[in-house]
Amino acid sequence: MPKIKPEDLDKIREKMAKTIGLREGNARAKVTVHMGTCGIAAGARKIMSTLMTALERRPDKDIILTTSGCAGLCSREPMMTVELKGEPPVKYVDVDEKKAEKIFQDHVLAGAVVKEYALAVGSERVG
Amino acid sequence: MKSYRMHLMLCAGTGCVSNRAFRIREVLETELEKRGLQDEIAVVSTGCNGFCAQGPVMVVQPDGIFYQMLTEKDIPGLVEEHFLKGRPVQRLMFTSPGEKAPVPTMREIGFFGKQRLIALRNRGMIDPEKIDEYIARGGYTAAAKALTSMTPEGIIAEVKRSGLRGRGGAGFPTGRKWEICRGANGRPKHLVCNADEGDPGAFMDRSIIESDPHSVLEGMLIGAKAIGANFGYVYIRHEYPLALERLGKAIKQAREYGLLGEDILGTGFNFDISIHRGAGAFVCGEETSLISSLQGIPPEPRVRPPFPAESGIRGEPTNINNVETWATVPEIINHGAAWFASIGTEASKGTKVFSLVGKVKNTGLVEVPMGITLREIVFDIGGGIDGDKKFKAIQTGGPSGGCIPESLLDLPLDYEMLAEVGSIMGSGGLIVMDEETCMVDLARYFMEFLKDESCGKCTACREGTEVMYKILTKICEGHGSEGDIRLLEELAHAVKDASLCGLGATAPNPVLSTIRYFSNEYEAHIKDKSCPAAVCKALFQFEIDEARCTACGACKKNCPYDAVLGEKKVAHRIISEKCTKCGACFDACRFDAVVKLPNAKKRELAAV
Repeated sequence: MPKIKPEDLDKIREKMAKTIGLREGNARAKVTVHMGTCGIAAGARKIMSTLMTALERRPDKDIILTTSGCAGLCSREPMMTVELKGEPPVKYVDVDEKKAEKIFQDHVLAGAVVKEYALAVGSERVG
Repeated sequence: MKSYRMHLMLCAGTGCVSNRAFRIREVLETELEKRGLQDEIAVVSTGCNGFCAQGPVMVVQPDGIFYQMLTEKDIPGLVEEHFLKGRPVQRLMFTSPGEKAPVPTMREIGFFGKQRLIALRNRGMIDPEKIDEYIARGGYTAAAKALTSMTPEGIIAEVKRSGLRGRGGAGFPTGRKWEICRGANGRPKHLVCNADEGDPGAFMDRSIIESDPHSVLEGMLIGAKAIGANFGYVYIRHEYPLALERLGKAIKQAREYGLLGEDILGTGFNFDISIHRGAGAFVCGEETSLISSLQGIPPEPRVRPPFPAESGIRGEPTNINNVETWATVPEIINHGAAWFASIGTEASKGTKVFSLVGKVKNTGLVEVPMGITLREIVFDIGGGIDGDKKFKAIQTGGPSGGCIPESLLDLPLDYEMLAEVGSIMGSGGLIVMDEETCMVDLARYFMEFLKDESCGKCTACREGTEVMYKILTKICEGHGSEGDIRLLEELAHAVKDASLCGLGATAPNPVLSTIRYFSNEYEAHIKDKSCPAAVCKALFQFEIDEARCTACGACKKNCPYDAVLGEKKVAHRIISEKCTKCGACFDACRFDAVVKLPNAKKRELAAV
């Protein structure tokens, strides 16, 4: 990989916006499974497998499934965040494999937030 | 005094800025001037309000109209239609979903609403194993700025002005330390990231490294330029395998991009980082012990001065900072010292990350502005005591932190205030306790940890902590005597005074603060041979409440010592001589008939 110059930082940012950014990119949904030590200890790997399997069964090419670190509320892990294009992200808590399946079907595919599993929408205050 | 008829609150949080909010501001101001509106309409850049997915956002006050997904092309039309002609532009407004939002916003949730993320700015938002995602959220722009357009003195001045203090516990002004290291005579100079995080139960540093390792690398890169160091070490405790793995990957990816190594970003600056693992010693969190360990020498603290900034690894100037401190530095370079200094209190600027654990409903990792009260942390963020029991105390700063009672909960959190009440900020552990915690047992518990971790170099710490532990154990076992408290205090002060390092200097804090605020519990243990919280086994009894007992026999069946007497339809009874306080009956009873009775209470009832 070539060594980057300061200008390349902007280029990488733009490239990322097109690939994983819901705003400009082609994706219409982004699902994040939180996998810090707290999440993994609570069973996040199984949630990840469940979602990967569910995604593989579908022809959809515009759903991003990714991981992240601890989201902060360690006592409610496993957690997952679902963000649909044009909508604020939704944080789900106390997720298990059954709930993950339902969230995938109802929210990611059909666009309806699963209220009983959701903790909150939106983002935290940064900066 | 200008009186504006309209305020345009334009969001300038990270999300909106990465979608050109600054450019929009420029176009907006130009357009307003073109129309002669600049004296009537003010443009205000605000912080992130959370609706990042709809950004860039702008709220028009006093109308309260929320514009979203703005682009530079929208601005001329917007200015003409809304601000000049008074017709809000429907197309650009936020339309809420068909039904009223059923799920509360992050800001409405107590746990998240009071937090303000700086060190944890990327938490939950990026894949820590992909450097491109860190860059996508603005990563390495501060390093680029520092390396290409700032002088070392300029960087140090900025960090000094920000008021950033070391987040590892001592709270020494970071900019000042960098200045000392820069000015020191020795060569070469070294940087160290202290990722030993020895406090049991603390996981701030682990979480930062697991979730956002590049934030630490970027901070170190900036520090390297400021101080004139070309090599850095991350000393990470052995017990963090996931953090170690992610850090290793991050360093590898940074090297591939040339962000570590030679001629970084084409500026000719060289800097690289290596990882060293700890081997299970709490004392290695102390900087001079850490340096010894790095060099392969048994870890023991040494006299200071000289401080590591002047003489550290192999006697060469070494700047050591904690993980959280390094992770905060890029934001200070990005947003400026004034921004950072605007958060927090007079002497404690910015935010601090705490691990909130114990008997609260919401346990996790929180980052809050300095100056927030402990009450807000326990009840608003923590959600109150689990099981709605009564709050008793909160220990701040780790195993050598003091315990703070309910009467002081409205204390604003900052370095000085905590020291005044006999506690410390420490690395940021917050342990919440309820009515079922015995404060004497707690002091004993932490003293056991600290006496085991004492390296042994200083007699006062080595012997003093051991003896204090023995006295506390004696008290908890019901053999406390008159004069024990005074002896504990004497020893505590001796250990504090005659220790070379922070371990000894702070080890007596739990004992001293519990004696200060919970002396009634010590008295109960020593004079009454009773444990009010019913924790110390020798000082309370398990009893069966006859009114509640249904004679189901569960307790009798579960007792491994045949200490329960009873038959069908007869209220059961515990034989105290046989009872070992194992608690099996307490766990087995479904009717809350087994109660814990502190000895004093039992005597009271017997006397009636």
